Amino acid sequence: MLEKHKKLEKNSILLLIFIIITISIGGLIEIVPLFRLETTIEPVKGIRPYTPLELAGQDVYIREGCYGCHSQQIRALRDEVERYGHYSLAAESMYDHPFQWGSKRTGPDLARVGGKYSDSWHVQHMINPQEYVPESIMPSYSHMATSKASLDDIGSHLEALRVTGVPYTDSMIENAYTDAMAQANEGEANTKDGLLKRYGKNTIVRDFDGKAGFVSELDAIISYLQVLGTMADLKDYNPDVVE
Amino acid sequence: MLATYLLGKIKMIEALSAPQYNDEIIKKFTIASVFWAIVGFLAGVFIALQMAFPDLNFEPYLTFGRLRPLHTSAVIFAFGGNVLFATSYFVVQRTCRTRLWGGGLANFTFWGYQAFIVMAALGYVFGVTQGKEYAEPEWYADLWLVLVWVSYLLVFLMTLAKRQEPHIYVANWFFLAFIVTVAVLHLVNGLSVPVSLTSLKSYPLWSGVQNAMIQWWYGHNAVGFFLTAGFLGIMYYFVPKRANRPVYSYRLSILHFWSLIFLYIWAGPHHLHYTSLPDWAQTLGMTFSIILWMPSWGGMINGLMTLSGAWHKLREDPVLKFMIVSLAFYGMVTFEGPLMAIKEVNALSHYTEWTIGHVHSGALGWVAFISFGAIYYLVPKLWGKEELYSLKLVNLHLWIATIGIVFYIAAMWVAGIMQGLMWRSYDSLGFLEYSFVETVMAMHPFYIIRALGGVLFLGGALIMVFNIYKTIKTDERIA
Repeated sequence: MLEKHKKLEKNSILLLIFIIITISIGGLIEIVPLFRLETTIEPVKGIRPYTPLELAGQDVYIREGCYGCHSQQIRALRDEVERYGHYSLAAESMYDHPFQWGSKRTGPDLARVGGKYSDSWHVQHMINPQEYVPESIMPSYSHMATSKASLDDIGSHLEALRVTGVPYTDSMIENAYTDAMAQANEGEANTKDGLLKRYGKNTIVRDFDGKAGFVSELDAIISYLQVLGTMADLKDYNPDVVE
Repeated sequence: MLATYLLGKIKMIEALSAPQYNDEIIKKFTIASVFWAIVGFLAGVFIALQMAFPDLNFEPYLTFGRLRPLHTSAVIFAFGGNVLFATSYFVVQRTCRTRLWGGGLANFTFWGYQAFIVMAALGYVFGVTQGKEYAEPEWYADLWLVLVWVSYLLVFLMTLAKRQEPHIYVANWFFLAFIVTVAVLHLVNGLSVPVSLTSLKSYPLWSGVQNAMIQWWYGHNAVGFFLTAGFLGIMYYFVPKRANRPVYSYRLSILHFWSLIFLYIWAGPHHLHYTSLPDWAQTLGMTFSIILWMPSWGGMINGLMTLSGAWHKLREDPVLKFMIVSLAFYGMVTFEGPLMAIKEVNALSHYTEWTIGHVHSGALGWVAFISFGAIYYLVPKLWGKEELYSLKLVNLHLWIATIGIVFYIAAMWVAGIMQGLMWRSYDSLGFLEYSFVETVMAMHPFYIIRALGGVLFLGGALIMVFNIYKTIKTDERIA
């Protein structure tokens, strides 16, 4: 054995090849089946790609590093399900590039924060978190109220995501900007129908930040937060039934 | 036996007319690593204070969310990375008895790597990030790093190829495994689709559950290969050299090396227990994490026992003390890791401050301490001085930093376990006992103690900067 090992010690290329083989095995066995096994992502109705406005909101969420303190992954543990709601399903993050499960809860989990608070609560909480939760240690994000959401090239964001496999259609990409304006209630009167047709009738259309006139980053991020965890049709979901 | 032989040989070789080593490049990397250490520690202290006193968040650029990746990247990739470049270039030349291959290319790895760090750091502050922990830099910085890293691999490999020694020394196996595995991890995890060629923004190719698995395969092996294998390479050269003793066991080195690199790769899923990742993957991750305890301790024993017959040196030599204390922390943290990878323990520890404490036992106790030991060894050698300006100051650094670490990890143990218990605590009526914000309030005193630990650790590092400065500036040269 020791004698054989000397071969490796005397040949750098052979050593390199053996190292590559050794480190490849575990990764291949753990990763490749996740793309092949149908049981990896359980079938559940209602999951759709993010609307352009929600996507712009997720971009802001990532930019600010929210994932550093907030997880989006409810584990299948009794207290977590009671505190946050139904445990997270793999399907619910299938359009997240990258996934937002997080690794730390300095603040609470946000996987099902959608619909739990009103828009105006979110507005005030983003501007001054300590106003509603005096003991909170979250930073203020008041600049989002005055910054314009970056929507000018949102269509190309959808296009890039389509390359990664998100099923955005041509008409979604073509109408991305109008759809974003429509969702924040800033579009032309008849643009709302197109948005609902493309993303489903449950899509929330509101002036999220309560300020008419322009679409702010606050509009975008609140539209994103309000949809989190609300897409999946959990009433119909039964993990024991394999379709 | 062979280890004795090899070390004897190394010493003999060095005593004889040595080839003209490229030490200029090592000097640069050494200075850079000290500089980035201070930057990274400062950033750490600042964000620790932000958690205790949220008024220290200054939007939009200096919030916790944007500074946290700045801190992690500065300590892991800037400080740790520069230490690895410096030591690997030093070791590969000495143990191969040949000058570093590719002077110009080696120089490019220095400036290219610093450019990568600056690109990444500026991105975080200005909100340009992919948002994947420990892999935040955007696509253009990632591509640039590929260029730098391939050059690094080439310089290292070509130096090995033109060695004047028949055997490749064990430290170089670890360095080689670190360089090549980091390349593989970075390439697979970094695959992204840019919004356009003029856009700073990209979307990672992977999503959801597969992305989670790949990200933590990457993330845990950033620990396993960047922060462990690379620094074990440092151990295998600098501990024997400083102790003037051969490595304890050559057989154990072989076993340690192959089992460590084989097993580490599997451990990633322990970051994803009870999540939407399929159970079979979680179980694999947990199993291999527990097995990993063995090679980790095998390596620690190989390092510690190198001192057998020379333990008295620990009393006299604070530089050696740094290295040995680092191995003690390594042993502690590689026991704690498998423990936390057990699903039932992880149910409590995950998402809490305990994880943060665990990471810092490893990062401060193991990685930073073995690095300080190596830097203290290198500086007099590189600048041609007899010894450091002051060994007393090294000792002071050691004690202040150790107390700092103890403050840090003790605070995080208490905070983390308390947090985990509060989240799952029920009252007599069967309701959750605490609201979330009550658990936040409970953290406050521990955040302050932690920040204090960080200040001590930073203070120790500043003593090191002073000591190094005086060592370089002094006129005494080796006679």
